[in-house]
Amino acid sequence: MAISAVSATTLREAPPPRRQRLLEDERWLAFVLLVPTIALLGMFIAYPFIRGILLSVTNSRVGMPGDFVGLANFYKIFNDGIFRTSVYNTFLYTGVTTVFKLALGLWLAMLLNRNFRGKAFTRAFILLPFIIPTVLSTFAWKWMFDPTFSVLNWLLYHFGLITGRINWLGDPDLAMISIIVVNIWRGVPFFAISLLAGLQTISPELNEAAAIDGAKPWQRFWHITWPLLLPVTMVVVLFSVIQTFADFQIVYVMTGGGPANATHLFATYAYQIGIGTGLLSEGAAISLAMFPVLFLVVIIQLLYIRRVEVR
Amino acid sequence: MFFYVPMALFLLFLLFPFYWMVITSVRPDGELYRPWNSINYNPFWTWKPTWDHVRYLFEETLFASWLWNTTFIALASTAISLVCGVFAGYALSRLNFPFAGSLGTGIFITYLVPQTLLFIPLAEIIRNYRLGDTPWSLILTYPTFLIPFCTWLMMGYFKAVPKELEECARIDGASRWQAMLYIVIPVAIPGILSAGIFAFTLSWNEFIYALVFLSSPEQKTVPVGVTSELIRGDVFYWGPLMAGALLGSIPVAIAYSFFVEHYVAGLTGSVKG
Repeated sequence: MAISAVSATTLREAPPPRRQRLLEDERWLAFVLLVPTIALLGMFIAYPFIRGILLSVTNSRVGMPGDFVGLANFYKIFNDGIFRTSVYNTFLYTGVTTVFKLALGLWLAMLLNRNFRGKAFTRAFILLPFIIPTVLSTFAWKWMFDPTFSVLNWLLYHFGLITGRINWLGDPDLAMISIIVVNIWRGVPFFAISLLAGLQTISPELNEAAAIDGAKPWQRFWHITWPLLLPVTMVVVLFSVIQTFADFQIVYVMTGGGPANATHLFATYAYQIGIGTGLLSEGAAISLAMFPVLFLVVIIQLLYIRRVEVR
Repeated sequence: MFFYVPMALFLLFLLFPFYWMVITSVRPDGELYRPWNSINYNPFWTWKPTWDHVRYLFEETLFASWLWNTTFIALASTAISLVCGVFAGYALSRLNFPFAGSLGTGIFITYLVPQTLLFIPLAEIIRNYRLGDTPWSLILTYPTFLIPFCTWLMMGYFKAVPKELEECARIDGASRWQAMLYIVIPVAIPGILSAGIFAFTLSWNEFIYALVFLSSPEQKTVPVGVTSELIRGDVFYWGPLMAGALLGSIPVAIAYSFFVEHYVAGLTGSVKG
């Protein structure tokens, strides 16, 4: 307040001080307003990214700077069986969960788009899996999957679906299925709420008109709702693909990459090598190996957003 | 039939883990550790609720410190991100300057850079800056994924403020800076609130940076503390673990329930991008 009072008086009596004049200039003001953002993003995103690339072509370990080794780290990881498994797992994990999250999320969004009692209440509650810290909710799932005390086994047994115990996280295939289920559980609310917002921008009259013309519900969905919902869907799917591809928390808590390294993703394997065993440069190489895929998805996303905006 | 059955199944699937968290955190150990196939076992209810697990959490672990650390870090990084996001959003949506478009795209791209791509080089950088094992390592790095979101959201809000409003203030003698501070920003307060809530929940939720940058037990955040201190080797303290998960979730749930409408607006605003 004091500063503005001073500037108001100086404005009337004398030419404004240099600082004030500069802030009146749009370019200077923009520069001043953007400096904190650019500084933080530069220091903690751009710089680490370059450092990561430099790190990945050395043989650094914790507390040891290391020498330039060219592409040796990349050569090594591409010949590493566990790394290959992680690549396969990451694609499987991203692909399967995205299909389910989209299908279930869309279904839930259609249900929530109707009028029913307790609508606001339901909407608030279904967002919980997305809101609650992932690590903490994943522990609830780990407890539900516990081999000895599993409530899921209890349920399946009492519904007559199984006869003996299932060791969910001890078997490589079941462990993979388990982490996929948890990821779907966490992601469905995000898809549902985002798609619901998209659905609400579609005018109900379009559907009514089509209904009068004799279009069946399925036809109305396919020819009216889906094309209008596509832009929102694309943005949500691409965003989710990036997040899922780089996921860490669910696998770290549920299996830690086990049993016998069967459920590692890029991020958990990079953590195990880079932080767990201290091979910094190799860990950096593993997480950088995610980059080409992420880059491709970001480019698609940018092109798509630009096309939607032009239209 | 085609509405209520699927809806009930969805609710069951989405909410059951929370029910399980609640019931586990008040169930005495004697009931908790009974194999699923033992006789006369009713897993879904307890007649002898207990506070033992919560007491253990506060008396035998540093849970209170973790709660405080998480709150402080989330509030501080949210404040930094809001200031940066409001300024940057204003500049990008209302000022003319060279490279405005490419800067906007650049900030959008950083939103899509996952933490797991950078945590290893960042761990080194944090150590070089001597920020390791301090809350500042997180307060300064969390804004990297919060600012882009805040900026993007604020741009939308600022674009909706009519240009004439600002021009009137300018004619009345306000400087550009004053017009921004007293005319444009107040109009965008709903946007600032939803950005703030979203930033708060995201930093409360963050895990990998906290896991890598913090090492001493008293510096940890709730997710990291619960993970590293309530599991000893192969032994999981399930009662306290679930109580900790529940208590660690409540602050975010409250923050969000107050602003549920803003929150959904913010979420969908970001999706419309």
